[in-house]
Amino acid sequence: MVTYTVNEDNNPDTVKAKIIVDKVSVAYGDHLALNDIALDIISNKVTALIGPSGCGKTTFLRCINRMNDLIGSCKVTGSILLDGYDIYAPEVDVEVLRRKVGMVFQKPNPFPKSIYDNIAYGVKIHGLASDKEELDAIVEQSLVRAGLFEEVADRLDVSGTSLSGGQQQRLCIARAIAISPDVILMDEPCSALDPIATAKIEELIHELKERYTIVIVTHSMQQAARVSDYTAFFHEGDLVEKGETSALFTNPNDKRTEAYITGRIG
Amino acid sequence: MTNKPHPLSMASLPGLDKRYRAEKRFKFAGVLAVFSSLAFLGFLIVAIALKSAGAFQTYEVEILVKKEKYLELRDQPFIFLQSTMRYNLSGVVNGQAMREAVNMVVDGAEIDLLDHIENLQQNTRADGLGSYSVWVTLSNRVVSALSKQDIGTNLTARQQAWVEGWVANNKVRQRFNVGFLTNGDSRDPERAGIGSALVGSAFMLLVCMVLSFGVGILAAIYLEEFAPKNKYTVFLEVNINNLATVPSIIFGLLGLSVFLNLFGLPRSAAIVGGMVLALMTMPTIIIASRLALQSVPLSIREAAFSVGASPLQTVFHHVLPLALPGMLTGTILGMARAIGETAPLLMIGMLAFIVEAPDNIFDPASVLPVQIFLWAESPERGFEEKTAAAIIVLLAFLLVMNLTAIILRKKLEKKW
Repeated sequence: MVTYTVNEDNNPDTVKAKIIVDKVSVAYGDHLALNDIALDIISNKVTALIGPSGCGKTTFLRCINRMNDLIGSCKVTGSILLDGYDIYAPEVDVEVLRRKVGMVFQKPNPFPKSIYDNIAYGVKIHGLASDKEELDAIVEQSLVRAGLFEEVADRLDVSGTSLSGGQQQRLCIARAIAISPDVILMDEPCSALDPIATAKIEELIHELKERYTIVIVTHSMQQAARVSDYTAFFHEGDLVEKGETSALFTNPNDKRTEAYITGRIG
Repeated sequence: MTNKPHPLSMASLPGLDKRYRAEKRFKFAGVLAVFSSLAFLGFLIVAIALKSAGAFQTYEVEILVKKEKYLELRDQPFIFLQSTMRYNLSGVVNGQAMREAVNMVVDGAEIDLLDHIENLQQNTRADGLGSYSVWVTLSNRVVSALSKQDIGTNLTARQQAWVEGWVANNKVRQRFNVGFLTNGDSRDPERAGIGSALVGSAFMLLVCMVLSFGVGILAAIYLEEFAPKNKYTVFLEVNINNLATVPSIIFGLLGLSVFLNLFGLPRSAAIVGGMVLALMTMPTIIIASRLALQSVPLSIREAAFSVGASPLQTVFHHVLPLALPGMLTGTILGMARAIGETAPLLMIGMLAFIVEAPDNIFDPASVLPVQIFLWAESPERGFEEKTAAAIIVLLAFLLVMNLTAIILRKKLEKKW
């Protein structure tokens, strides 16, 4: 169990919390989906959220970029600090927040537009490129970082939906990183992909954490063990256990965690 | 041993043949239903098409006009016609024969004659010698006798002899009746056309489309994408669905009391008709547009929101382009219903006998379905086929609109 604080000095040896979640509860109408969650998400590390279906891990993920705002009955209490600032503060603009906190979804969901337009869209609406050349450069760089550039370099004008599932998911990752976010949220990004495509995405996650803080929801414990530095185990709306992945998987403190990672619940 | 059925055969499972029989019966009933509906439809269309054939074609006769008579009598058109008929037909010796002779050609043929000769004169020298050859439309009675190849029924013995003479000398020709598509309404079935009704319908449809498409689609977008889901919006939704089923004449009554009596808009004008029909089609368009918006997957909206698009950007950049084909289809189908609507238009006075095509949306106008309604009531025999022909034109219009909807949908879907 590690504890961390926001640190202002740039000492690389101290762990630095990008996001500090405290006393967060989420209710859908009368149903309490998350109960008093406290979790620190470390900068430039991969944090995996695991737990059985319906445990609230996706709900938690969607609190971090306020996608839950889209659901009218959803009510979030508590505080989530991004770089020390509360993202639920009244003056926060969700569009600015989502620029900082990108998201990749369970099912690849490229826009039914060309590969180029898929990536350029976010850049355009935020006005991040001053001219066509800069935009081209951002698109290329995003594709390179998402490990897709070589495969699609000669057909940027074909529809994003014509790619294979794994390529579509990497396109979505490229779309997310094109607007240079600090945090990327991934909601079971490999659940619709075959093992080879999954391996590619996992490899990519390793590379991406150099630049971005990653939070990933996954059903696969092997995946959590492979890609993440920290793991948080959710169960029935509670955050049961959190810690470094290696410690949590080898020596869980809570009986429920142990039961889940050994396959007895879930 | 040999009597034992194959373990996978039908006989090995009791009751299986009964199941298959039920399936066959159901299939047969389904096919029968499809074919009977096709048969009724075919019967309807064939019956109307056969009846309408006469209205699309007309017969003309070649008349010779002496130049000297033209120069002498051109200021007295009817006398000129009588003299021309006397010159062209044999046996016009008394008043009765003259009446029959003049009745061979269409009412007002004297004007046609003079017009034709004037046109000819621009090309030829008028030296008062020789004669002109002019084609004149035959009267409805002769046309129907010729097209039905039944000369005996409606013609007198003298007229029959004349017709037979013309046909024998190849003086009669059959032509496509352009006038039917270009002329306005007329008391004479030979001259009556749907030209002004077509213009009126086009104006009315334009007004209807601009109003109902704009308002309907914006309402649908607001209700589907922006409005909070509470009891007021549910109430609104129920009422919109109810409005879609309200009989059209009710909208006509509304138009009469609000647009005509309250706002003082002109009676029988395309703008009022278009407004009433827009009210009628708007619920249909709203419902179709909302369905189209609902069918756009949530994942597209999420994708847009996740890169920081605002709700408005999400709707206009991503959701609307995907929903547009469905919206357009709904709109065109709504328009197709509107174009055939008669009852609400009768309420706002679109029943008048109107010859001239309207110049703008405020002019008194006639529209196709009302024109059909008026002709169907006319006692003259010639209007019977005009009615059928106008119905065919209306059906063709609807077919084109529906085809447009299908093509548009296919084309727009491909793009995405």
